[in-house]
Amino acid sequence: MTLSPSLVRDFQKLLGRENVFTEREDLLSYAFDGAVLPPRAPSIVLMPPSVELLGEALRRAYEGGLALTARGAGTNLSGATIPEPGDSAVILTGKLNRILEINQNDLYAVCEPGVVTADLFRKAAETGLFYPPDPGSMEVSTLGGNVALNAGGLRGLKYGVTKDYLMGLEFFDWRGRLIKSGSRTVKCVSGYNLPGLMTASEGTLGVFSRLILKLLPAPSRTLSMTAVYNNVAEAAESVAGIIAGRVLPATLEFMDQKCLKAVEAASKIGLPTEAAAMLLIEVDGFYDEQVRGDAEKIRLICRKNGALAVDLPESQTERDRIWEARRGTLPALARLRPSVVLEDATVPRSRVPEMLEAVGRLALKHRLEVGTFGHAGDGNLHPTILCDRRDPKEFKRVEEMVDGIFEAALKLDGTLSGEHGIGVAKAKWMEKETNRATIEFSLALRGALDPSGLFNFGKKVV
Amino acid sequence: MSAPSGEKLPLLKDGPLALEGLARGLRTLDDMLVRCMRCGFCQAACPVYLATMREADVARGKLALVENLAFGLSRDPDAVNDRLHRCLLCGSCEKNCPSGVRITDVFILARSLTASYLGLGPLKRLVFRQILPRPRLFETLARVARFFQRPFLRPAGGDPRTFSVPLLRPVLGERRVPRLAADPPPGEESLRIPRAARGLPRAAFFPGCVPDKIFPGIVRASLKVLARHGAGFFIPRERVCCGLPLLSAGDREGFLRLVKRNLRAFREEKFDYLVTPCASCASAVRVYWPRFSAYFAGEDLKSLLFLAENAYDATSFLTRVLKADFPPSPKDPALPRVVYHDPCHLRKSLGVFEEPRIILKSLPGHLYREAPGAERCCGNGGSFNLAHYDLSFQIARRKRADLISVSPRVAATTCPACMLQLMDVFSREGDAVEVRHVIELYADSM
Repeated sequence: MTLSPSLVRDFQKLLGRENVFTEREDLLSYAFDGAVLPPRAPSIVLMPPSVELLGEALRRAYEGGLALTARGAGTNLSGATIPEPGDSAVILTGKLNRILEINQNDLYAVCEPGVVTADLFRKAAETGLFYPPDPGSMEVSTLGGNVALNAGGLRGLKYGVTKDYLMGLEFFDWRGRLIKSGSRTVKCVSGYNLPGLMTASEGTLGVFSRLILKLLPAPSRTLSMTAVYNNVAEAAESVAGIIAGRVLPATLEFMDQKCLKAVEAASKIGLPTEAAAMLLIEVDGFYDEQVRGDAEKIRLICRKNGALAVDLPESQTERDRIWEARRGTLPALARLRPSVVLEDATVPRSRVPEMLEAVGRLALKHRLEVGTFGHAGDGNLHPTILCDRRDPKEFKRVEEMVDGIFEAALKLDGTLSGEHGIGVAKAKWMEKETNRATIEFSLALRGALDPSGLFNFGKKVV
Repeated sequence: MSAPSGEKLPLLKDGPLALEGLARGLRTLDDMLVRCMRCGFCQAACPVYLATMREADVARGKLALVENLAFGLSRDPDAVNDRLHRCLLCGSCEKNCPSGVRITDVFILARSLTASYLGLGPLKRLVFRQILPRPRLFETLARVARFFQRPFLRPAGGDPRTFSVPLLRPVLGERRVPRLAADPPPGEESLRIPRAARGLPRAAFFPGCVPDKIFPGIVRASLKVLARHGAGFFIPRERVCCGLPLLSAGDREGFLRLVKRNLRAFREEKFDYLVTPCASCASAVRVYWPRFSAYFAGEDLKSLLFLAENAYDATSFLTRVLKADFPPSPKDPALPRVVYHDPCHLRKSLGVFEEPRIILKSLPGHLYREAPGAERCCGNGGSFNLAHYDLSFQIARRKRADLISVSPRVAATTCPACMLQLMDVFSREGDAVEVRHVIELYADSM
């Protein structure tokens, strides 16, 4: 590590000593994120206390030749915030966490990048507004991270994902200059669609300083229901049937038997552990008749496709129990073995039955315990491999299985990642999903916007 | 109250005083460490992280550091130890942990390993090894302090019972403190009731060091309440500190010595339950003592398990064991408002949170109001407040904002350490809010 002492002093003077970390034990705590990947410590960590200082710190770091990784809560599952090799800096957005505006007339919010997703959700809800994207980590994840990874969540089917809510943004480019794009209007065609470009860019093009996010009126009625199946195929066909039946539930989730058993063992809430699969569905809207009508339609479709039972609990407590089961799935699986590897390959919804079959086959082949749950309505499943990362033999089988999952997803016209990101974990697979020309085009774009190759260089497209 | 047993902790094998020995010791924690999947959900719950936004201050970062030291990625026990002690041991992260990592256990054991490698330091050695194990010496020192305190105390505004201590600023900083033993202690005649009323149990009363030396009013109130409810009780003469401060400082040996002394002290007389007005003592006896049962045998082990099974904080002893009736009082909006703060050792460690509220809601002279975030840590954390006062105070200010949002006249809690913290923050912020133990308020209403 050859980070020059004068540059360190420079940062200390600029940001304050308390916002610059160089002790090894502090650096080590930024060596990892939510992905199961080898840690790598940065040379320095910067926590700008204001957006203006963020731009200035960025400029000096870039000039100083430091490889830069911006980091919000560091919860992503693809290694997108693991620091780069060589002289490197991690830039934290933790102190840039102000919600600057909730506009109730024009339905948008203006936020700094370090705002926690759930904080915006709650702040909007106070005035009857709704920020729909709800990634599993929303209680800690930041909006900047959500945009950089295009985070999804449970409400994708009806409400879309983070990109559908980004109206405009400001970011600093490699010279530390402020770039502005998008607007507070519903329509805007000024210039390139830079918000679109920056979404899911995983810190490879610049560092966000301000986000304008769309809000919706909060639906006043919701109904939750569960459908239980004897076999996985019928559950998958029900999903296809619901979508083909022109009903749009807010949430359409899937849990296989392994998940049902794990949750039931952990929290004893009376789940059908005999069943092969369960769907968890929520419809929402503004009128009782509409919501009840949708629920009834869904019930009929599920029954027609072989559901053993469709349950539409009336009481709030029972409804809460359904979602408690869904939220409890990953924790319950995580308690079965020391490590979990959570995958995210996504296929067109109609191919979900084939994907489930492929996952089952791969688990058998590689002799691994796998529980599958996820956003069936989005074709976005999370096969979760239970393992012990300390056992190299087993972990090798895990890596082989992950490759197998990617291969299967691509064969089914799917994609490597629905919402977790490409990061370092999946970059080598990008060419397989696209082609050489696409990689070269993307690299040329990066080259123009990051001439020294310092913005999270080992991520996304390599 | 949650089951007292929990999981037993492994016997630690301290290696020789070399870094490799420390690393080997830490590796015995590996099965607990590996369960952390680095999801970061602890960030939402950690009071220290929310104040500093630093990854090394949150459980995920600290668990990684312990792992780094265990496996050679870090070779600086001092630096790891410093960061391990920037933690309140409040258990908020553990409650929020999806994969069920036993975070506080890991931290306590890791602290004890780094402390045996680095040493405790002379002040801690003096207090932990010389004063706390000697109840009479401790009491003499407390008397001396009480006798000489007056010239040091300056009225501070806010609560009339708190003072600033300008002459001791090098030690106490800006802290506002109560006068030591401002309330009279319980009279000699009220210290024991040999026999309980028919069918009622007899308790061994464990006052806790802070009520004993600083808030004797809590002891008096507790004994009054026990007597009125017909319970028999005695106070073990040879009792010493429950050991929690030592455990949190990493002095495992000193902790075990205090536990052993207490086990003998509790064999002085026959009783059915241990009762204490201190949330931390209750948690120590019920949760932490049995974690270390591997270090005990014979009579001691029997006493330890009996106490763990039968230790209650005063509020749950009243509601659960004595099954006393606390009918809600009429809600008169004109009455002074009382608000409750959940001590971490009662709510997160023992699952007790309804009991004190039931009692508060029954008080005829007060109107109970629930504060937002009542379960959030106040930031005291015992020695954490001594070592990291600015950080501790920053966390307290957030707690204060939550509490005063319902305009209370009185802030009640069940932990004497939390009381010190709340008195400090109210006084420094100039709020006229009185801080009382739930048992004091109940005793006053009798």
